[in-house]
Parts: sequence; structure tokens; C-alpha cells
Amino acid sequence: MSDTAQTPAPGTVVDLSRKPRLGETVIENSLRICALVSIFTTVGILYVLVSQTIQFFGEVPIRDFLFDTQWTPLFADAHFGIWPLVGGTLLVSLVAMCVALPLGILAAVYLSEFASTRARSILKPAIEILAGVPTVVYGYFALITVTPILQKFVPGLGGFNALAPGIVMGIMILPTIASVSEDALHAVPGKVREAAYGLGASKTSTILRVTLPSAFSGIAAAVILGFSRAIGETMIVVIAAGQQANLTIDPRESVMTMTTYIVQVSMGDTPTGTIEYRTIFAVGFALFVMTFLTNLVSQRLAKRFRGLE
Amino acid sequence: MQEKRSTWRETLFRNACLVAVVIPLGLLALLIGDVVADGIGRLNGQFLSSYPSRFASRAGILPGLVGSIMLVVLTASLAIPIGVGAALYLEEYAGQETVGDSLAARAARVWDRYFATVIEINVANLAGVPSVIYGLLGLQIFVRVVGMGRSLLAGGATLALLVLPVVIIASREAIRTVPRHLREAAYGLGATRWQVSRRIVLPSAAPGILTGAILAISRAIGETAPIIVIGALTYVTFVPNNLSSEFTALPIQIFNWVSRPQEEFAVNAAAGIIVLLVTVFSLNLIAVLLRNRLERRLR
Repeated sequence: MSDTAQTPAPGTVVDLSRKPRLGETVIENSLRICALVSIFTTVGILYVLVSQTIQFFGEVPIRDFLFDTQWTPLFADAHFGIWPLVGGTLLVSLVAMCVALPLGILAAVYLSEFASTRARSILKPAIEILAGVPTVVYGYFALITVTPILQKFVPGLGGFNALAPGIVMGIMILPTIASVSEDALHAVPGKVREAAYGLGASKTSTILRVTLPSAFSGIAAAVILGFSRAIGETMIVVIAAGQQANLTIDPRESVMTMTTYIVQVSMGDTPTGTIEYRTIFAVGFALFVMTFLTNLVSQRLAKRFRGLE
Repeated sequence: MQEKRSTWRETLFRNACLVAVVIPLGLLALLIGDVVADGIGRLNGQFLSSYPSRFASRAGILPGLVGSIMLVVLTASLAIPIGVGAALYLEEYAGQETVGDSLAARAARVWDRYFATVIEINVANLAGVPSVIYGLLGLQIFVRVVGMGRSLLAGGATLALLVLPVVIIASREAIRTVPRHLREAAYGLGATRWQVSRRIVLPSAAPGILTGAILAISRAIGETAPIIVIGALTYVTFVPNNLSSEFTALPIQIFNWVSRPQEEFAVNAAAGIIVLLVTVFSLNLIAVLLRNRLERRLR
């Protein structure tokens, strides 16, 4: 039985027809091209963003982009400081995280540790509905429903503000955080919980002191992934956060995010090759770098908890 | 005494977790209730069959509806074959070892496996790229360089690239659930790799692939930002009749109405949202039912 040709290792496929067929080769290569489309997409995104950004920096010094505190590229007195847009993006995203982080993690704990199988089979898809709602609908909700309600409690809240879209965005990314955190909690071996119970710990203590800390890297991956979604979210902020580039930390004010700027310029008829046209690619590149780095950190952390399984 | 206090703490924590599930669901109910209350009165035959208008009460969603349907058909017919093809390649072809291969063939397989890993990482990264960036890609490549203009075709191609990772990931998972022994039985009978893929793997994986395809379509229907960036119009008084025609889509029409200050247009937006949500939720429901059925069959 030492002949490996007769007992192939599991997972290998024995090919007894040794003549290469033309049709098979054609099909294999067509399928390979399908797989290559995803590579072309990445290359395309990088090429488009980088080439336009380089031309942008040919006209605007990189120093202005990074250190100027005003963003007014469409005005006669043009300033190209990215910070108001980055600040607006981070402000809305932070509001979103204040909602999504506690709710998402607690919801994951409920689904994973408390809910009966039956309750879970209903609640989990129900929460996932939230991730399927088109973002333009959330934008409507933030502007028409949530902002007027908040105006009754928050003095000085403008018609466009960072608070309402932030809260609604938090609800939108909650399913992402809840579902990845739940996977992480599931990956904690049952014997770890049983050991805690064996020492006399209550269920709450076990969750807070043992299960959640064990799942830490997975939950951190979930939170960072949620943050990355928030940074890249577009329609909610376009509709409800306003169109004024504004460097502020007050969520009651109107802010413009990076995504909003891209949409705002796209809606006007900006000719190719102008500096305005290139600004959207430079902003897009900055956005791409931010989401790529956060996704990378999230994937690294996720890999660590998958390693436990 | 100690016992009692700890029970109280247990209940508190459990209820806090329950509240975290109830709050988002409550907000979802509020959203749906609010949209229906605002828009249901506006939803009638005239609304579905009219063009946009300066007068909110005469405006309708016909061009958006037709545009969205054409866009989605286009997206699906691009993304599904390419996505399934890529998944088949990654699962059934790349790096599959063949006993008795020459050294050169083995080296090629090692290279294929490396290539497959690169694609796998790449697809995971693409899934995390914000949709507005796909809009920039479509704007520069499809609209300008390829010269498609601000057409339906450019919109469909952009959305196809956007949903491609969803199709690839779902199809790979579906293909992986096909039991190994089915393939081996077919190979044993002398079937070629493509015969096995087409007659054994694809039919067995079809429900899972279909679920992924439906979720991808449902995502494409609701996408707004990328097609605004490639230049879909917001005020269209014609129905697009070919692939190079300019177009609008339902979410863009809704966005246009939401951004107007007059309240009557917000009512139109709500009515448009009802149509959009019914479509998206029905598609998601079909996908969930299909998945449940599939899970039952596997058990």
C-alpha cells in the first residue's frame, strides 16, 4: 500500500484521461479570466486614483493639502486643506460608533449567550434586515424623521447636522458589528465557560470576565470593520449632514464628509482635466487609504480569533 | 443576601443585552412606519406611470423604475457569469493536483495556487472598498477612457464590479458544500473537469449560488452613490430605450426628491421608498427562504 499513485491523498483528483482536450483548455482559460477581473478591478481603482492624484499634486502643493485648514476648491479663493473633510468624516463616524459599538456588542452577547435557538433564528435575520436597507432610505430617515425628533431635545441643532446621520449610520453598521462579534463569541470554546462556572462564577461574570475578553480580538475586528463602513458611507451624510466643509467637533453643526464632497462635485457638470475634477480623485484616494488601512487591521485581528477555532 | 444581589445583577445585564436587540428593531419599525405613513397615500397608478415634474402631485417614478430594472438586468448578466466563473476557477481548477503530472505541470499548479491566494485576498479587500470609489473607477474608466458616456452600460458595468465580490464569495461557499465523493464518482467514470463542474458541481451548488446572486441584485438596486458619481441624471423625462442611453434610477429619483425643501416632494420620496423597500425586502426574503431550504436539505 505504499504506492501513492493508487491511494492518492485526500483532496487530490485522479485524472485518468491523459489527452489534453482543446475545449477543456479554452474553458479553463475563460474561467481564469473571470477570476482575473477582480485583479483588474483593484488595479483599475489604484491606477485611476493614483494617476489623477499625482496630477492634482502637480497643481496643488502637497503641503497645502495636508496643512491648510480650509477646503474651498470651488471658490475663487481656493483652499485645498483636506482636514475639514476628514474632520467631518471622523465626527459623523464617531457618533455612529457611540451608537453601534455598545449596542452591537450587547446584541451579539444576547444572540450568542442568552437567546434560545428559536429566538435567535428569528432575531438574527431581523437584525440583518437593517444591513439590507438602501442607504438613501436611511438618509431620508435621518433628515425627515430623526432630525426633527432630536431638535426637540437638543438645543441649537441645525436642519443639517452631524448627530442625526451619525446615529442612523450607527444603526446601519450595527448588524456588521453584531454579526462578526457573535462569530467571535461562538469561537470561544465551551470548556472555557464551563471552567468559569465550575469556579462558581455567575453567567454575567462569566460573560464579562471570561467570554468577552477571550473574544477580544474578534470583537475588535468587528468594531474596526464597522468604523471602516462608517467612513465610506455616502448617501446618509449627503442627504442629512449638509454640504458645508466645516472643521468642528460640535455634532450639532453641519459638516461635509469626504464622500459628500465627491458626490457634490459629481452632480455638477465638472469638465475632465480641470482641478475641480481632480480634487474628487485626490479625496477619493485619501478615503481609499483610510478604509484600506482600517480593513487591514480588522482582517489581521480577525485572523487571530479564527486561529483559535 | 449575596445571592439576591447577584440575581438582580444577572437580570439587569440580561435585559441590557435584550434592549440592545430591541432598540435597532424598534428603529427599523419606526422607519418603516414613518415612510408608510408619509408615502402610502401618494402611491397609485399615476405615480408609477408618470415622469418627474415641477409639480410634486403630477410627478412619478416611471423613468427611475425602468432605469433601475434595466440597470439591474445588466448588472446581473455581467456579474453573475463572471462571479460564478471566478468561483469555479478558484474552487475546481486552481491548484488541483493531478496524479502523474509532469514536473512542469506541477510547477504550474503551484503557481496557480499562489495566484488563487492572491485573488482570494484581493476579493476580500474589494468587498471593503466604499461604493463611492467604484463610482470614481466607473467615471474615469467606463465613462471617459472606454467612452461609454453617462450611459446605462457604464452604470451596469460599474455596479457589476461593485457586487462581484458578493457573487464570488457566495458562490465559493456554495461550491465548497458540494460533497467531495460526488466529484470523485464522476471523475471515476472518466468525466473531464469541465463535465464535472457543469453536470455535478454547478447543479448541486445552484441554490447557494442563486442566494448570493439575489443578495447581489438586491444590493445593486439600492446603490445610489456610485451611479450619481458616474453621472446618472436626476431629472429625466424619457424612458431609456437602449444601452447607450442616459438614464436615472429609482434611488436617484428618491434622492432628488429628498433634497428639495418642499414638503410635497418629501411625500413623493416616501412613496418611492415604499416601492424600493418592497422590492429589496422581497428579494432578501426569497434569498433567506432559499437558504433555509438549502440548509434543511443538507441536514
